[in-house]
Amino acid sequence: MNRNLVHRPAGMALAVVSLAVLGISACSTTKTSGPGSSAAGAAQKGPIKIGLVTKTDTNPYFVKLRESAKAAAQKQGDSLVALAGKFDGDNAGQVNAIEDLVQQGVKGILITPSNSAGVLGAIKTAQDKGVVVIALDTATTPANAVAATYATDNEQAGKLLGQYVKATLGSTKPQIVMMDLDPSASVGIQRHNGFLEGMGLPLKTPDIIGTALTQGDQTKAQSAMENLLQRVGNQVNVVYDINEPAARGAYQALKEKGLTGKVRVGAIDGGCQGVQDVKAGHFVATVMQFPKKMAEDGVNAVIEYAKSGKKPSGFIDTGAMLITDKPVPGLTSKDTTWGAQNCWG
Amino acid sequence: MSTQTVQTPGPAASSGAVGDRTPVMTARGLVKRYGHVTAINGCDFDLYPGEVLAVVGDNGAGKSSLIKALTGALTPDAGTVTLDGKPVAFHSPLEARQQGIETVYQTLAVAPALDIASNLFLGREIRREGLLGSLRLLDKKAMRSAARKELNALGIATIQDITQPVETLSGGQRQAVAVARAAMFGSKVVIMDEPTAALGVRETAQVLELIKRISGRGLPVVLISHDMPAVFEVADRIHVHRLGRRAGIVEPKNVSMSDVVSYITGAEEIPGTHDADPDQAAHTSEVAP
Amino acid sequence: MTTTTSSATGTLGRSRADGVRRTFARYPVLGPTAALVLAIIVFSVSTTTFFNIDNFSLIVQQSVVIGTLALGQTLIILTAGIDLANAAIAVFGTLLLTRLTIGGTPSAVAILLGLVACTVVATVSGLLVTRIKLPPFIVTLGMLAVMTAVTNLYSGGTTYPVPDGLLTWLGTSLYLFGRVQFTMGMILAALLFVLMWFVLSKTAWGRHVYAVGNEPEAARLTGIHIDRTLVSVYAVAGVIYGFAAWMALGRTPTADPNAYQTGNLDSITAVVIGGTSLFGGRGGVVGTIIGALIVAILRSGLTQMGIDSNYQNLATGVLVIAAVAFDQATRRRG
Repeated sequence: MNRNLVHRPAGMALAVVSLAVLGISACSTTKTSGPGSSAAGAAQKGPIKIGLVTKTDTNPYFVKLRESAKAAAQKQGDSLVALAGKFDGDNAGQVNAIEDLVQQGVKGILITPSNSAGVLGAIKTAQDKGVVVIALDTATTPANAVAATYATDNEQAGKLLGQYVKATLGSTKPQIVMMDLDPSASVGIQRHNGFLEGMGLPLKTPDIIGTALTQGDQTKAQSAMENLLQRVGNQVNVVYDINEPAARGAYQALKEKGLTGKVRVGAIDGGCQGVQDVKAGHFVATVMQFPKKMAEDGVNAVIEYAKSGKKPSGFIDTGAMLITDKPVPGLTSKDTTWGAQNCWG
Repeated sequence: MSTQTVQTPGPAASSGAVGDRTPVMTARGLVKRYGHVTAINGCDFDLYPGEVLAVVGDNGAGKSSLIKALTGALTPDAGTVTLDGKPVAFHSPLEARQQGIETVYQTLAVAPALDIASNLFLGREIRREGLLGSLRLLDKKAMRSAARKELNALGIATIQDITQPVETLSGGQRQAVAVARAAMFGSKVVIMDEPTAALGVRETAQVLELIKRISGRGLPVVLISHDMPAVFEVADRIHVHRLGRRAGIVEPKNVSMSDVVSYITGAEEIPGTHDADPDQAAHTSEVAP
Repeated sequence: MTTTTSSATGTLGRSRADGVRRTFARYPVLGPTAALVLAIIVFSVSTTTFFNIDNFSLIVQQSVVIGTLALGQTLIILTAGIDLANAAIAVFGTLLLTRLTIGGTPSAVAILLGLVACTVVATVSGLLVTRIKLPPFIVTLGMLAVMTAVTNLYSGGTTYPVPDGLLTWLGTSLYLFGRVQFTMGMILAALLFVLMWFVLSKTAWGRHVYAVGNEPEAARLTGIHIDRTLVSVYAVAGVIYGFAAWMALGRTPTADPNAYQTGNLDSITAVVIGGTSLFGGRGGVVGTIIGALIVAILRSGLTQMGIDSNYQNLATGVLVIAAVAFDQATRRRG
């Protein structure tokens, strides 16, 4: 029986290990003593505490956001605690994170909400306690649930890609496959609609000959593209991708079929790997976002609020830039060398 | 030593009775075949009140099959079983148990993580009176005091705490718990399968003492064992099982251990038996219970 | 302890260590309780914001949904099973409750139907385990995929806002002494825990659940209906998952098909840290409460210390392994 598997003499294993864990944690803790004054807008003495809540810990985009925010806070002698959901859609995890940060006495919370409706209650509670909440990258629904949103204008990003693809097509009739995110995410809808606007097409156009929901995942995108190509392989000439992992999956599927020459793969995100893909000619272009700028602007806004009580407000576009090595007239773009210097992840 | 059995001179033959007493349990002409293999080959069995009957035989002789047939774990193809003179046909061990036949399995059938009282009453918990009982609410107090009483009655003094998990007990104590359970619920017959096989000398002695106490209450015990010294210490009669049937019955006081070993292997014929048919018995040589 | 047999006369030190081990084996909540107390002390000393009543209320609120999922999980793990589908069943429940209510069904009826649906699904798992004799791991792995798909199909992949009223009632609060916050969800979860503690420790059914998990062969030989016991365990767990679904709507008022993707593992974590053995028959719901609280306290305390979530997950992972190692070590027979 299983109970005979262990032959070592028993010790106080649990107690010892948990002591060790807690001990290590205790040693590595940043000294953030002194209760944060709870009065909103009161002038802050000593280091300011800022909280960051991302969708996950793993996505390189959020890693960049986290690192940039940490750096920005430390540069001013302040501290930042970075928390995250366990997966995209972990509303309960984000709510817990907001509550714990408020409890700790942070002055402001920067959040990329997973499902914005799910965290509204916790945001409201935080604001009631004098904490300024700022959305990064993804707006809440409604957007005015937070003081301000620092994000890419996703519709604009999609539009840039659409305009570029349209210009490269010239008079050729577009036959488009749309590699979307999933039906509930606003980011996906905005980029999708922006792209079609840039292409000069209506939302329901017969030029879309296939769509797939990729969840922004390379493996899922590849399988979806492989299946779509069975049906439309001989027609497709444009592939729109919600992000670069999806684009890589789609490209892989096209490559297997030997279709890469005649199909324009376009993506949005601006990760370093994506820039390399553009440079290698796998993608015709990508549209870069600037998480570093979002993070820095967000952190600075919280610090400003702590010092002067002045809250940021509204939607602050942190910009989007078309990255391609084959520029077209009339559209601002940067080449992949510039892209490699400014990319994230 | 409890030798209240009235002895007849000489070993009892298969049809013989012990004195004028009526048996508690009998079997006549039991047969069980699995395809070409005959596990029980016209077997008889008699058990008298208050006696300790040892069932001995070589591995594969069909001892286990006989016990299974008596306790409802298998249904014989032919033959009859009676309990208190009435014919019975058990279809499951549960039915046999409900008739007062308790078995102490070699595996003991105890849950090590549960406490002693819970194990004694496992599947037969005492419930509270009235409405609470219909909610299957346990009467822990009653169970504990009954368990305590039973252990004391059996002289199991080494177990002090009735609420300790069975896994904290020694092998002999665990055996004692399983025996106590059988003694508590067995109203007619207690059957023990190799109760001393896994025990040391001291613990074996304790278990044998328990067997004597149970039979001393008038409850007959069937002891299946390979342990000859143990058999000779407690058994009133020895049922020698060979080739799927009862080869004969002997009494320990009239024979030696090596005699019994010879009977088991068939090297020597059991005195007073002539009914062993070698041709018929040959079929049972591959018995696999 | 009371269990030193007369023959166990080794060196004094050895028998004392033996006694400690047996004490822990006999009272499996001792280890987790020690860890809980230790964590509270460490965080109270090392931060200024941890030790206060608001934070404790918060920690309990944060533990309610996973804790309730873990309550059902405890029952199944006690039978030496495991339920990978519990959170998926509850998430389906959240969407069912919400869509029915949006569609005009009275909330009370929707909640009732949700409880029934969760019970039915979990019972199907139990029937597959007992009738087709499949390992619970496989059955519930399949059920996890099925329920995830069913939830996505039913919701069309979209999130539904939850209408205020009975569905979100478990998120409303009572203030004891005008100060200490209790949500209705906390109270309901506490009631469920007390009820299950009572049933497991005071009824014949509870004894049978432990016996079936600890030594199924012994349970069978003593006349316990193993299959009937197992199916009833899955069914009861299903009811509890239904309640967890309702609590989840009180906690975050959205019905999101993507929510609680790690709820199954989180609940297993709470159960295991609480000292219930994955091999069945040992442990109980008190340990699970403590296990769920330890996870929440670790997250809260480490956040107060300014430690990022990656390290928090690391600490939880170490604790799980430590708990199982501890379980193995104490169950070694002396």
